[in-house]
Amino acid sequence: MSGIDVREAITRAHYEEWARVVASLTSRFGDLDIAEEAAAEAFAIAVERWPADGVPPNPGAWLTTTANRKAIDRIRRENKRDDKQKEARMLDDVGPPEPLGALEDERLRLIFTCCHPALAMETRVALTLRMVGGLTVPEIARAFLVQQTTMEKRITRAKAKIKAARIPYRVPSAEDLPARVSGVLAVLFLVFNEGYLATGRDTEPVRHDLTAEAIRLTRLIRALMPEDGEVAGLLALMLLTEARRAARVSAGGELVTLDEQDRGAWDTALIAEGHRLVRERLAAGVAPGRYQIMAAINAVHTFAHDIRDTDWSQVLALYDQLARIDPSPIVALNRAIAVAELDGPEVALAAVDRLEDKLAGYHAYHATRADLLRRLGRSQQSRAAYDKAIELAGNTAETAYLTRRREQLR
Amino acid sequence: MQYLFSVIYDKADSATSDEMAAIDEYNDGLEAAGHWVFAGGLASPSTATVIDNRGAEAMFTDGPFLESKEYVAGFWIIEAADLDVALKLAAEGSKACNRKVEVRPFL
Repeated sequence: MSGIDVREAITRAHYEEWARVVASLTSRFGDLDIAEEAAAEAFAIAVERWPADGVPPNPGAWLTTTANRKAIDRIRRENKRDDKQKEARMLDDVGPPEPLGALEDERLRLIFTCCHPALAMETRVALTLRMVGGLTVPEIARAFLVQQTTMEKRITRAKAKIKAARIPYRVPSAEDLPARVSGVLAVLFLVFNEGYLATGRDTEPVRHDLTAEAIRLTRLIRALMPEDGEVAGLLALMLLTEARRAARVSAGGELVTLDEQDRGAWDTALIAEGHRLVRERLAAGVAPGRYQIMAAINAVHTFAHDIRDTDWSQVLALYDQLARIDPSPIVALNRAIAVAELDGPEVALAAVDRLEDKLAGYHAYHATRADLLRRLGRSQQSRAAYDKAIELAGNTAETAYLTRRREQLR
Repeated sequence: MQYLFSVIYDKADSATSDEMAAIDEYNDGLEAAGHWVFAGGLASPSTATVIDNRGAEAMFTDGPFLESKEYVAGFWIIEAADLDVALKLAAEGSKACNRKVEVRPFL
C-alpha cells in the first residue's frame, strides 16, 4: 500500500471512527477527558505505525483497542499517586466489548452529553465539534475566531463541569427527548449557519468546512434516529441550502440572491436528496416542526427551474404555518418577502415596518426594506436602508452585494 | 450525589403564605421520593457577620462578604442520581418558592 493510500485510510478512519472511539471509551471509563485523550493518542499511534505495519483489517477495532490500552495506562499512572481503590473500581467496570448495535447508541449518548442544556450554547458547539466531530482545538478556535487558549479553557471547563456536576451520559427519557433533540439540532444549525453566512472581515464568505461538518453530524444523528421528523427536516434544510452554495457567491466575491442565481450551478444530487427527505416527512402525516417547514420552503424554491416558476402562494402558506409555531420577528420578515411577490412591495413594506422595534439591529431587516423601497422607486429612503444594512452586515459577500445595489440606485 | 440549591432573590420581603404552602408541599415530595437532605430559609444579608481568623486574631466584619443586589435567601441540599434529576427538582423548587434557584454539586 502506498503512502498516499495509508494517509487516506487514516483520514477515513478519523472521519468514520473518531466519535465511536470517544463514545465507547466514555461509556467504559465514565470520563470524557480520558476518552478524548486516549482517542487522540490512538490516532497518533496509527499515524506512526500504519505506514510501516500496514492498515489493520478492522481499523475501528484496532483504534478502540489501542485507545482502551492508553486509557488504562493513564488510569494506572495517575492512581500510582492517589487512590488504588478508584483504579480498581474503574478497571473492574470494564466489561466485555459491547455488541455492535449498542455502539450506535453510545455515539448518541455522547451527542446528548455534549449538547446538554446546562452548558452554554458556545460550549455545546465547541464540545460537539471536538468530541463528536473530532476537530482539533486549534481548528475549532479558528472556526469561531477565538484564541486557541480561550477555546482550550472553554472545553476544559466543560469537561470538568460534566464530571463534577454529573451530567449524565445517556439518551434522555422519552418525555425529555423532543426538547433535547431540538437542543442538539440547534447546535448543528448554528455550526451550519456560521459556515453558510460566515462572519468576520477576513473570513471566506462561505465556510465549506463548517457546512460540511454540520451536514456530516446531522447525517450521523439521522442514521441514529431515523424516525425523528425534525432531524430529517434539518438535514433536508441543510442539503437544499448547501446545494445552492456554488451559485451563491459570484466570481467577484459578491453574494448572489436567489432570484439572480444561475440555477444550472445548483447541485442536483443534493437537491434530489433534500426533496426525498421532504416527501418522506409529508408522507409521514405528522404535524411538522420548524425545521421540516423551513425545509419545505426550500424545497419549493429549489423545485422551480426559473425564479418565475416559484410557487409563491405555497411559500406564503408555509410561512404562515411556520409563524404559528414560531412567532418570531425573523419569520415574519421572511414571510414579508413572499408577500412582496404575491401582493406587491407596498403591502410587504408595511408588514416589514411593523417589525422595526424588534429588528432594528438586524442587517437583514434593513436589507429587505432597502430592496422593497428600491422596487417602489423611493431611492433616497432605500439608500439610507442600504447604508444601515451595510453597517450591520458581517459577511464580506453580503456587504459587497449591498454596496453594489446601493451604488445602482438613481 | 448531593446538590446545593441556593434560592436567589433581590427584594427584602419574605415568602408569602401561598409560597410557603407551595414550599411545604414541595418539601413533602422531596422527602417521599428520597431526595430530601436538608433545607432552610436565611435572614437578610444585612444580619450577616464575616469572620476572618487566618491571622493573629479573629476579625469580625459587619455585613455580608459580598454586597450585591441578588443574595441567597435560602437553600436546599438534595440527593439526586445525576444533574438531569437535580435540574428537574430545581425547576420544581423554583416554581414552588417563586424565586430563581442555582444548582451546584457537592464535591
